[in-house]
Amino acid sequence: MIINGVTIDATFAEAFPMKATRAIITAQNEKWAMISAQAMTGFATSVIACGCEAGIERVLGPSETPDGRPGVAIMIFAMGGKGLAKQLETRAGQCVLTSPTSALFAGIDDGKKIPLGKNLRYFGDGFQISKVINGKRHWRVPVMDGEFLTEATTGQVDAVGGGNFLVLAESQPQALAACEAAIEEMRKIPNVIMPFPGGVVRSGSKVGSKYKALSASTNDAFCPTLKGMTKTDLSPEVESVMEIVIDGLTKEDIDKAMRAGIQAVCDLGAENGIRRISAGNYGGKLGPFHFHLQEIMA
Amino acid sequence: MSALTFSLKNRPEQRVDMSPLVCQKLMGMEPAEIAAMTLQNGRRKVRVDELFKLSGSDAQRIVIQNSFGKLDFIGKALEGGSITVEGDAGAYLGLGMTKGTIHVSGNAGIFAACEMKNGMITIQGDAGDFLGAALPGNKMGMKGGIVIVKGNAGERVGDHMRRGNILIEGNAGDYCGSRMTAGTIAVMGQTGRYLGYAMRRGTLLLWTPPQLSASFNDCGSHTLEFLPILFASFRSLDSKFSNANVAFNRVRRYGGDMSELGRGEVLVKI
Repeated sequence: MIINGVTIDATFAEAFPMKATRAIITAQNEKWAMISAQAMTGFATSVIACGCEAGIERVLGPSETPDGRPGVAIMIFAMGGKGLAKQLETRAGQCVLTSPTSALFAGIDDGKKIPLGKNLRYFGDGFQISKVINGKRHWRVPVMDGEFLTEATTGQVDAVGGGNFLVLAESQPQALAACEAAIEEMRKIPNVIMPFPGGVVRSGSKVGSKYKALSASTNDAFCPTLKGMTKTDLSPEVESVMEIVIDGLTKEDIDKAMRAGIQAVCDLGAENGIRRISAGNYGGKLGPFHFHLQEIMA
Repeated sequence: MSALTFSLKNRPEQRVDMSPLVCQKLMGMEPAEIAAMTLQNGRRKVRVDELFKLSGSDAQRIVIQNSFGKLDFIGKALEGGSITVEGDAGAYLGLGMTKGTIHVSGNAGIFAACEMKNGMITIQGDAGDFLGAALPGNKMGMKGGIVIVKGNAGERVGDHMRRGNILIEGNAGDYCGSRMTAGTIAVMGQTGRYLGYAMRRGTLLLWTPPQLSASFNDCGSHTLEFLPILFASFRSLDSKFSNANVAFNRVRRYGGDMSELGRGEVLVKI
């Protein structure tokens, strides 16, 4: 399959089941909601070392938030429910409770309830106040700038992590420009996050390593400087490869995001140095969800 | 199916215990069976059809017509459905109800919404003393749900209240929020003496500055984020409280009752 001169490989991205949740952070203005959201989703690029994958889903207008203030929806993904709950609570405690004027609300009502502010309330040292509003328990925790308002719980749902595609370009600037265009389009799709810095990964990995202590290592088949030294997957004109990783609530959400992203890359086309779209495929060893690129773009 | 309607024929001298006439108990019963049920009327037991003219068959919608202030225990332990009272209701309206709605077009007697667990009660007129309170000797009053009083409420509103919302469009009597453990009582009109007497926790939300006892301490003026959410939750109600113009988030906060646990608050609109 070729779109606008860009070859779409007959391969598939491989993804795995995760647990996910969404939280809504509001503040006096969008600036401070975003600062808190960025802190909460920081150092959360990969479950391998961060314990979770997190990202900003979208900015919310005052009419979309529970308290009528500007807000940001963030999503957190982890391999299991326990890990997710721990990450959510730790991050909420350190990054939202501490952030001026912030409030924190559940972003998912379905699924299993996991603590959001349920335990953060103890920071109130007995002065915290519970309010059940519309059947949802909220905690008002006195803090130095006034009150930190948080919903007690949010929903945990089954999700899919690790959807991805690779952008193969003739130069590093062209690969990055294409990925930036893709991310811009993908951020319009609900229920997905691209957890890596700016949504783009330059250090795609393969499963395993020559070093016993490592479970993953550089994806040498896609490293352009190793073209003559390893079993490469790159043609001579490809000089840079970048990856976009997607976590989503459902396979369909990731399908939509991948389609939007790949289409944006293909719109730049061969004339902007984009050669191929491929995907991280580990022969079916990694996970049960397979995203066939050509089917997505059909 | 039309609503199951009990139309009072004559006002009895003695009080009537209406607790058998709740939706869940009447479901699936034939009209003749309902007519043959007995109600406690003073010392006597009387047949339902001796007191009421029956019509309709939908037991999920009960209407009590020509009601007056001696019909007690209307909607006691109601588990769902609706009860419409045309006229006044006696004491213990909606006692311990867990679900459903009760609407009273007139006034309600003492202990309305007493120990209510969930659901909604709307009183178009006034409510008597001990609205949403605990039964005498009990430690837990209303535990959930919403009570709307469009007129005034008597003394001891929310005595021992544990959870839920009591919304009073008019005035509240003395000892409003006494011994409250939690929950919210909102009063648009005046409040009486001894507001929040011995309250442990909970919120008294007022539109009019109250006469506070010395055991409530001024905590200053604040903009509270939970208030817009609370008011938004009232939007669907048939009440002045649903009007966005009455909502506010800027309050003077008073903490108390310091002679008790002292974690309660009186929030006064500024």
